[in-house]
Amino acid sequence: MDKQEILHAYELMVLSRLFDSKMLALQRQGRLGTFASSQGHEAIQVGSVMALKKDDWVAPYFRQWPAFIALGYPMEMLLQYNSGDERGMLIPKGINVLPVNIPVSSQIPHAVGLAWGFKKKGQKKVVVCFLGDGATSKGDFHEALNFAGVFKVPVILICENNQYAISVPLKRQTASKTIAQKADAYGIEGMRIDGNNVEEIYEAVIKAREIALQGKPVLIEAVTYRLSDHTTADDASRYRSKSEVEEARKKDWRIILKNKIINEGFWNESKEKQLIKKLELLIEKAVKKFESIKPVDPMDIFNYTFNEMTYQLKRQSETFKRFYPNG
Amino acid sequence: MAEKKNEKKGIVMVEALNQALMQEMTRDNNVIILGEDVGKDGGVFRVTDKLIEKFGEERVIDTPLAESTIVGASIGLAISGYKPIAEIQFSGFIPSAFDQMINHLSRMRWRSRGRYSCAVVIRSPNGGGVKALEHHSESLEAVYAHIPGLKVVIPSTPYNAKGLLISAIRDPDPVLFLEPIKVYRAIREIVPEEPYTIPLGKARIIKEGTHVTIIGWGAMIKTLIDVQNSIDIDLEIIDLQTISPLDTETIINSVKKTKRCVIVHEAARSCGFGAELAAQVYENAILHLKAPVVRVTGFDTTMPLGKLEKYYIPDANRIIEGIKEVLKF
Repeated sequence: MDKQEILHAYELMVLSRLFDSKMLALQRQGRLGTFASSQGHEAIQVGSVMALKKDDWVAPYFRQWPAFIALGYPMEMLLQYNSGDERGMLIPKGINVLPVNIPVSSQIPHAVGLAWGFKKKGQKKVVVCFLGDGATSKGDFHEALNFAGVFKVPVILICENNQYAISVPLKRQTASKTIAQKADAYGIEGMRIDGNNVEEIYEAVIKAREIALQGKPVLIEAVTYRLSDHTTADDASRYRSKSEVEEARKKDWRIILKNKIINEGFWNESKEKQLIKKLELLIEKAVKKFESIKPVDPMDIFNYTFNEMTYQLKRQSETFKRFYPNG
Repeated sequence: MAEKKNEKKGIVMVEALNQALMQEMTRDNNVIILGEDVGKDGGVFRVTDKLIEKFGEERVIDTPLAESTIVGASIGLAISGYKPIAEIQFSGFIPSAFDQMINHLSRMRWRSRGRYSCAVVIRSPNGGGVKALEHHSESLEAVYAHIPGLKVVIPSTPYNAKGLLISAIRDPDPVLFLEPIKVYRAIREIVPEEPYTIPLGKARIIKEGTHVTIIGWGAMIKTLIDVQNSIDIDLEIIDLQTISPLDTETIINSVKKTKRCVIVHEAARSCGFGAELAAQVYENAILHLKAPVVRVTGFDTTMPLGKLEKYYIPDANRIIEGIKEVLKF
C-alpha cells in the first residue's frame, strides 16, 4: 500500500468505527434494533474490499458494516436495515454484494456457487466470503470448502478469527492449532495474518486473488479480537475479563495504525481532528436521511415471496388490506 | 428408436423426465444439472441418463456427497446467471439440505427485495412402494409446502411429469420437484415428443364425477383410478400436481358440486397436507358439505421397511372404506 492507499484505508476504517459507535448509541435510544457491532474487524474488511477489482463480489455475514461502507453502500440504508426495515437491503445497482446473512456459515455455499458460476462463464472475477471463527465448526464450512477445492472455484474465504462465537472461545470450536491449517484438508491455500494490520490484509487478498483466479481457492485466517459484545443483546462481561479486553485494545488498529502514520510523518493530531469532524458530519447526514425515510407500507409484506403473487397470497392480502386501507 | 417405442407403447416417467431435461438443456445453455451420480451413472434412477454425453461435464456435474452445498451452491450459481437443476438422490436426504432450502433458497428474493432470485429446481424421488432401504421412502411434502417462497410439485404420470418439469425449469421461483419413486417405471404412456408445459399451481381433474370428490397426488393417483374401476360410485378424481401454491379453486368448485370429499395421501396423517386441504374445504365450502371430510393416509409412525410398507400406504380397501364413510350421510 502506498501512502495514499493507507490514508484512504485509514479514513474508511475510522468512518466504520465512528459509524458503529453511532449505531450503538441509536440502538440504546431504541431507534435501531439488535445488531452486531463490528469494532475490531475494520482493518480486515476495509483492507479486503480495497484489494478487490470492480467486478468482484462480496458474500457477507452479519458483522460486515465496514465492508459495506468500503463498498460504497449508503449508510442510511444500513441504518434502515438495522432499524428493522428490509428495504435497507435493496442493494443498489453497481454494488456487488449478497444480502446480510444471519445463520452462521450458511453463506459459504452461496459464495462458492457464485464464484463457480463466474468461472464457468469465463468471467475473471473472485468472490470474497467473510465468516467468523464459529463458522468453521459448521457442516456448510466443510462441505463448501471441499466443493471449492474440487471444482477449483475462485473464492477467497476470509475468516475473522475474533476469538469468540458469542461466549464460546476458539479452543472450544476446534482442536486445530490454527484455522488456516484447515485449508490443507481440502487441498486449498491457507494463510494466517494479523487482522489488525490493514496493509498485511490488503497484500494477502491481492495475492489470494491471483491464486484464486488460477484455480486454487484460498482460506485466510485474519486474527483479531471482538472488542464489543457479540450483539447489542449480549453482555460479554459474563464470560470474559476486563483485563483480557484491555490487553486486546492495545493491539487495536485504531491506536497502532494512527501511531504508525504519525511516526512516519504523514499524519498529525490536527489532521486527525479534521478527519473526525468530516466523518461525523457524513454520519449525521446519513442519520438525517434515515430519519426522513417514509414508513414502509404494510402491504409490502406480500411482495417478494414469489415473482408473481399466488392465489393464496392475493386472498390473504385482500383480507389484510381491509384492516389497513390507507397503508 | 425411442420415438418408435413411444408411438407403440409409450414411455415411463423416468424417460419422460429425461426427455424434458434433454430438451430444456438444448433450449437454454444456462440450464445445468448437479448432484450425486448424475453424470456418468445417469442418476441412480437413470433420470439423467446420457445427458453428460450430450452436454458434457461442465453442464452435467457429479458433485461431492454434500446435499446442503448442492442446494447452497445452486443458490450462488443461480445468482451468477445459471439455471441449476439440483438432484437430491433420495427423499430421506433432503433434510440435509433443508437449512439452505428454508433459510435461503426460498427467501433470497424477499431478503434482497427482488434484486436476487433463486430460480433453482430441486429434483428428488418421493414416497415408497419399492421396498427400499430406510430413509428412501419418505413423503415429506407437507413439510416443504409450509415454506413460503418455495413451490412444491409432484407429478403422477409420464405425461404430466414432462410438462410439469419443463414448467418448473422455466419458472422464475425455486421449485421442489418430487418424483413418485413408485411411478418411475410403473406406468407407460404416450408422451408427445416435442416440449410442452403444464402450468404450476393448477390441479387437474382426471375424471369428472358426481358422488364424491377424491383428492390425491403422486403415486396415489394410479390407486385412485384403480379404485374407480372397481366400484360403481361416481368419483370426481383430482390430481393436485402442485402442492404449493395450491389450486384451491378447482378443489372448492368440485366439492361444491359433489358435496363430499375424501383426501388420500401416503404421508403421515397428523399435519399431513390433507389437513390443509380439509381446512380449505371447511373454510370455503362447509355449508355445501353433506358429510365430514375423510382423510385416508399413512400413519403417524416411521415409514416401515419393505415387509410392512404396503400396509402403511393407503390401498384400495382403505380408500373404498373412506368413500363409503362420506356416503353414509
